[in-house]
Amino acid sequence: MHDEVAAPRPVSLALLAVQTLNGLQLGILLFLIAAGLTLTFGVMNFVNLAHGVQYMVGAYLAAMFASLTGGFWSALALTLPTALAFGLALEFLVFRWLYDRDHLSQILATFGVILFMNQGVKTIWGAAPLSVPMPDALSGSVALMPGLLFPVYRLALIAVGLATGLALYLVINHTRVGMLIRAGATNAAMVSALGVDIRRLFMLVFGFGAMLAGFAGAMVAPILSVEPGMGDNLLILAFVVIVIGGIGSIRGAFLAALMVGLIDTLGRAFGAQMLRVALAPAAANQTGRALAPMLIYILMAAVLFHRPSGLFPVTR
Amino acid sequence: MTMRSQTPAILLFAGLALFPFVARFGAQAYLLTLGARTLILALAALSLDFLVGQGALISFGHAAYLGIGAYAVVLASMAGINDLLAQALIAVAAAALFAALTGYVSLRATGVYYIMSTLAFGQMLYFLFVSLSALGGDDGYTLSSRSRLFGEPRLTSDFAFYYLCLAALALAYVMLTRICGSRFGRVLNAIRQNPLRARALGFRPFPSRLAACLIAGAIAAVAGALLANQSEFVAPAFMSWQRSGELLVMTILGGVGSLWGAVLGAIIYLALEEALSLLTDQTHVLIGPLLIVVAIFGRRGLAGALAPKASGSAA
Amino acid sequence: MSPPLLHIEGLAKSFGALAVTDDVSFSVGEGRLVALIGPNGAGKTTLIDQLSGAVQSDAGRIRFAGLDISGLDMSARARLGLVRSFQIAAVLPEYSALENVALAVQARSGSSFRFFGSAAREEELNAPARAALKRVGLLARADDPAGELSHGEKRSLEIAIALALRPRLMLFDEPFAGLGSEETRAGVELIRALKSEFTMLLVEHDMDAVFALADEIGVLVNGRLIAWGAPEAIRANERVRSAYLGEETLA
Repeated sequence: MHDEVAAPRPVSLALLAVQTLNGLQLGILLFLIAAGLTLTFGVMNFVNLAHGVQYMVGAYLAAMFASLTGGFWSALALTLPTALAFGLALEFLVFRWLYDRDHLSQILATFGVILFMNQGVKTIWGAAPLSVPMPDALSGSVALMPGLLFPVYRLALIAVGLATGLALYLVINHTRVGMLIRAGATNAAMVSALGVDIRRLFMLVFGFGAMLAGFAGAMVAPILSVEPGMGDNLLILAFVVIVIGGIGSIRGAFLAALMVGLIDTLGRAFGAQMLRVALAPAAANQTGRALAPMLIYILMAAVLFHRPSGLFPVTR
Repeated sequence: MTMRSQTPAILLFAGLALFPFVARFGAQAYLLTLGARTLILALAALSLDFLVGQGALISFGHAAYLGIGAYAVVLASMAGINDLLAQALIAVAAAALFAALTGYVSLRATGVYYIMSTLAFGQMLYFLFVSLSALGGDDGYTLSSRSRLFGEPRLTSDFAFYYLCLAALALAYVMLTRICGSRFGRVLNAIRQNPLRARALGFRPFPSRLAACLIAGAIAAVAGALLANQSEFVAPAFMSWQRSGELLVMTILGGVGSLWGAVLGAIIYLALEEALSLLTDQTHVLIGPLLIVVAIFGRRGLAGALAPKASGSAA
Repeated sequence: MSPPLLHIEGLAKSFGALAVTDDVSFSVGEGRLVALIGPNGAGKTTLIDQLSGAVQSDAGRIRFAGLDISGLDMSARARLGLVRSFQIAAVLPEYSALENVALAVQARSGSSFRFFGSAAREEELNAPARAALKRVGLLARADDPAGELSHGEKRSLEIAIALALRPRLMLFDEPFAGLGSEETRAGVELIRALKSEFTMLLVEHDMDAVFALADEIGVLVNGRLIAWGAPEAIRANERVRSAYLGEETLA
């Protein structure tokens, strides 16, 4: 892509709407991944670098089951329990030995998991990206506005994500389990002292977070390429989300995920054009291209500067 | 520090000094190249160990300094400055600036928030260099030759370059060990052991931590300058978060706090990776579980296992 | 009459809806030893936290040596000479007893931004450190890691650290908690010997120790100061007795 000194394209409302929806979709995806991560962090004080692997595994499982059964829905139905099982296996083999340890050991171990899994999927399925068929019912585009066509599948993703968010909110705030989780996030020792089996709670939180991430991976598989390492960059984004939102807070993760999704998408789409207000077109393009991927990190730094514990910190 | 507790370090450096002669019996050029690269990454890991082990500052963006040092060489050579020492000075200055600016934000946060903050800044720098097409962007920049040393192209010899890297590593090790034992080192260490106590004594954590970031960043930038010379090629991938993660892994593997442990950790990690790659292209399938096992069972890393008395934090 | 070293006005702190300290005002004259007593949960530790800067007050002012220090953080107050010791001894576990005290000496003498000289070899630091350890009877343990000291020894180390800091005002947070009677007796003697060196504010439960040491006593109940005066006056004070003894009628 070379620098173009062209007349600025008018930003149509339709284009803005499409990119906003794309941003929302990215945000929802990030939320599904970040939700499990923020709970793991918040309740178990566990640095889980391997969370992106859960997402990747979900996508690969969906691809595998789809090729076996031939359909998306059956693949999804099979993926969820398998992803959960995988997450629990990981918890049993690796994580539960590290709950009491310092962050450094956890970083070391989960980094090892990333290395192993990224290589593992490459060995089993090869390095080339896999594809997952889009379900017929959700394929195609719908006209939301005159001139605004948006893929049905992405709309479905947004809807599912919002529904999941709502369900999570209800569970966390209106059920007994949710109360235990919230209590665990503020004071795990106290919860344990009250007679709750903290190990079981950890396992529950962890397994559920893993399943959510796997679910996200499966849902996204038809529209993204399923390849080794696909979870790595999303993991970083998920960390950015939970840090902005406040570790341990689902509400924070939700808001932060939407913010990050929107800012990243809109910044990449319109950043250069917005800068043309102040800079010459060539400079605006160059700066826009440089700044766009940095925007969310600038956001995170700004949030940390004013709120060193995120927007909705769970006070311990 | 007593001589006894320095024995492992002395043995390690002696071994490293003898390595080129041993390498003669094998594929010398390949081994010297590998050796130099290992020394350079060991230097970066050493600086990270200082940050983590003395300052309790877990940086997930330390590779940014490798990138700063490497690109300093690129920019300097584009401006006609080819002497390595001059380039290293520029690298150190740039690193200090970056450390100061980012430290001002990052050090407001604690715990995981700090870790993520360092990651964010590392990523920012990474994306910045990816977007700089004048420097090759994502594809990187190829240097026309290695830097000159005192006016002459002395670094073209792999032999000479290896010993330069070793000298840098040894110098950094001695320097950091002395800093650990100094007044400054005591305060930094005290802040790590018990921040409340340190404040109750009248020490403000921020200046000491910032100084530690500056020192560690400067050393890693020197490593970056050497890295640029070693590969005669510089790319933004030098400062990816994966590279930062690897540096942390080397440091943790070696045992945080002993300084020489980080060197050992780097050597073991890279040697293992290289050795395994000769047997199979599935190296990570083996290294991954190894890291997991070390994390679970090796509480004090390699240094702690091999020489427990010499691996405590240098007081 | 010289102005008091420490002057507190209307100090208050609430955690949520609970007012832990409420409109506390008093003065501590230079060279005096003041003790703060009160039932559990009266807010004594919170008050120490507010005075030392560990906790930000919601209201009130603190004047120390003529300066308004209400806005200063803990390290700034420590540098001015307002030092606290901790109820749960906060020593540096990996450092030896000597190194712990030497660091305190370092805090008061010269720059800590020296990067290359060996601090372990500085007699300027070690000599006063040894002297302080000797005074508290810990010289024999000088080279042992502070984390390995017994509870009583850690307490003594805290006092050695305090000595090395040469504070103007020392805040003691329950210095005798968890000590046996022999150790308490030794601790009381030590603190009594220190009375001539710096001003002290003591929070304590051990009544014998308090009455043996204090020049003045303040009584804190439910976050409010209900009485202040010389030990004998406090001992006889009706409100104090009922606060401690509940609704028992005084025979």
